[in-house]
Amino acid sequence: MKAFSNSKGLLSTSISALLISFSASVAADTTKIGMITTLSGGGSSLGKDVRDGFQLALKMSDNKDVELLIEDDGRKPAKAVQIADKFIQKDKVDILTGIIFSNLAMAVIPSAVKKDVIYISPNAGPSALAGKGCHKNSFNVAWQNDNLHEAMGNYANSAGHKNTYIIAPNYPAGKDALTGYKRLYKGKVAGEVYTKLGQKDYAVEISKIKASGADSVFFFLPGGMGIAFMKQYSQSGSTIPVMGPAFSFDQGILQAVGAAAMGVKNSSQWNKDLDNEANKTFVAAYQKEYSRLPSLYASQGYDAANLILSALKKAPASDKDAFRVALKAADFASPRGDFKFGNNNFPIQDIYVREVIKEGDIFTNKIISKGLENHQDAYAKDCAL
Amino acid sequence: MTAALILEQLLNGLQLGMTLFLMSAGLTLVFGVMGLINLAHGSLYMIGAFCCAWITGLTDSFILGLLAGFCGAAIAGLIIEVLVIRRLYKRDHLDQVLATFALILIISEGTSWIFGPSPLYLSIPPWLSGSIPLFGGGSYPVYRLLIIIIGLLIAFGLYLLITKTRLGMRIRAGESDREMIAALGVDIRTIYTLVFSLGAALAGLAGALVSTLYSVEVGMGEPVLILALVVIVIGGIGSVKGALVASILVGLVDTLGRVFLPNILSLFINNDDVATLSASLASVLVYILMAFILAVRPQGLFSIHD
Repeated sequence: MKAFSNSKGLLSTSISALLISFSASVAADTTKIGMITTLSGGGSSLGKDVRDGFQLALKMSDNKDVELLIEDDGRKPAKAVQIADKFIQKDKVDILTGIIFSNLAMAVIPSAVKKDVIYISPNAGPSALAGKGCHKNSFNVAWQNDNLHEAMGNYANSAGHKNTYIIAPNYPAGKDALTGYKRLYKGKVAGEVYTKLGQKDYAVEISKIKASGADSVFFFLPGGMGIAFMKQYSQSGSTIPVMGPAFSFDQGILQAVGAAAMGVKNSSQWNKDLDNEANKTFVAAYQKEYSRLPSLYASQGYDAANLILSALKKAPASDKDAFRVALKAADFASPRGDFKFGNNNFPIQDIYVREVIKEGDIFTNKIISKGLENHQDAYAKDCAL
Repeated sequence: MTAALILEQLLNGLQLGMTLFLMSAGLTLVFGVMGLINLAHGSLYMIGAFCCAWITGLTDSFILGLLAGFCGAAIAGLIIEVLVIRRLYKRDHLDQVLATFALILIISEGTSWIFGPSPLYLSIPPWLSGSIPLFGGGSYPVYRLLIIIIGLLIAFGLYLLITKTRLGMRIRAGESDREMIAALGVDIRTIYTLVFSLGAALAGLAGALVSTLYSVEVGMGEPVLILALVVIVIGGIGSVKGALVASILVGLVDTLGRVFLPNILSLFINNDDVATLSASLASVLVYILMAFILAVRPQGLFSIHD
């Protein structure tokens, strides 16, 4: 049944892709958005959430002149570049979006924005694109990579952690993560380890953590990596408390990890219990549409689409200058609450500390405090915009 | 660095080695006996993991799941051998690579049709979770010890099979002279089919065993396949003993590299790049070992055609 609906989805995507290429000259006011995201393999839950959040916002909007093309990058940089070229040259999209992983973002975004395509990032926010490498066509609606980790470093001080073991994958966002954690953290670093991106067995690292004498573990391992790490960590018998950014404890990960994550603190710019109208509407609509709780990735996808829709109300995507101004105004109601862009087109926003709890049979997060207020990334000052 | 930590890391290396051994034993036998390069061996590992996750989900019994992984991969191996592989024995290696690579694509696509593109997750049954204390204050997960024990038992079983039984004798005969054994009236086709599905079953068992540690997903077999190929090149193609020794060697080198490289490198370089540099270097250490062994002993450690 699943296979059938998949093939149906594939068929309808290809048919709509065909239709679009024929009707492009007829409907000039149609805005074309190309989404490159990770829909297969260990990072697939992230890409699916972003896609679902994005599509939900499009569905809820009354603007029906938006065409969304979606392709799976399989977390492979070469494939992402290939898809981007196809979207830009063949499909002539106005806007690109969707990339989850920063190594793919670095392969695609710099060259895409130079071709005067607008890029709206619903996730990856590598430091290289926030400082000197910022670009007027490149917007990030989620965060700069360091941000959530900075909030956890700050939290570790207040929680009394003085000797943290820190671990992240060996790719741009991994380095941003550990740099971010260390930026506000005042204690000692018991050990700093980079693992292979996509690594599945953490026995070596876990043994080292246990023997390191650390009083806490901070890990950034998004998607399947985090699930494998937490499962293996809980089997190892280690009692050292773990913490991390929301990526290590998002809605998709928690169900697979289960009780091992109970009580763990993590940082996020969004949570489903944030008390504002936009969030209530989003959480209810998402649950109704997909019969599951939204993750932060879903909220980012939702925001990316709403940002684009809000700008389209003011200017068509073809009028690049006016459209950029409209995007930068960020005139939309984000489920995370207050949201605005800094000079480098990265968000200035509050970041919260959450705790993993159990609601009925479902593991989820609740906000326990505000970690950082109106927080802007450390690279913005190097950006010439 | 305490003795307890070193012991724990040695066990980690041994456990990785045992998983690799289960993968490479079949691969090396198939290569040695039939002269066939089977790139789809990683797909059989994946089939084992999916069968295990599926049956464990249905029956709530991990033992049945393991059995399903073993049998599922054996049956898949049998079907693949009869339908495709049988036609490839007389062809050259390029055709074999092409055909078995096609099998990877077909099996991967088929699996994501049946199970969907999202990874599956399996928990360790309660009676196998937890850890036991080691000498010197360390502890080690029971489940990983179980993998080591199963690996050693399989290695011993294979030794008995190959050296003490009639089938083993025929397998060895097939390795040294294929035409002769066929001329002596032994049904070599049946032996080929048996060897292929035995190798498949072992790969499936490896996949089933790691399914509770890692995520079960399409494409999980290829990274392991690459390491298994490294193992059989180091161990000597066709030699199960070589596969065992090389698996443990590769497991230990990979593990201890990840453990000690940061410490060793920080003696020479003193800045923030040590962590990333050692991570990059540790991931290629196994290939450096392979290059070194190929340079010193091109036929591998235990070549059967010495």
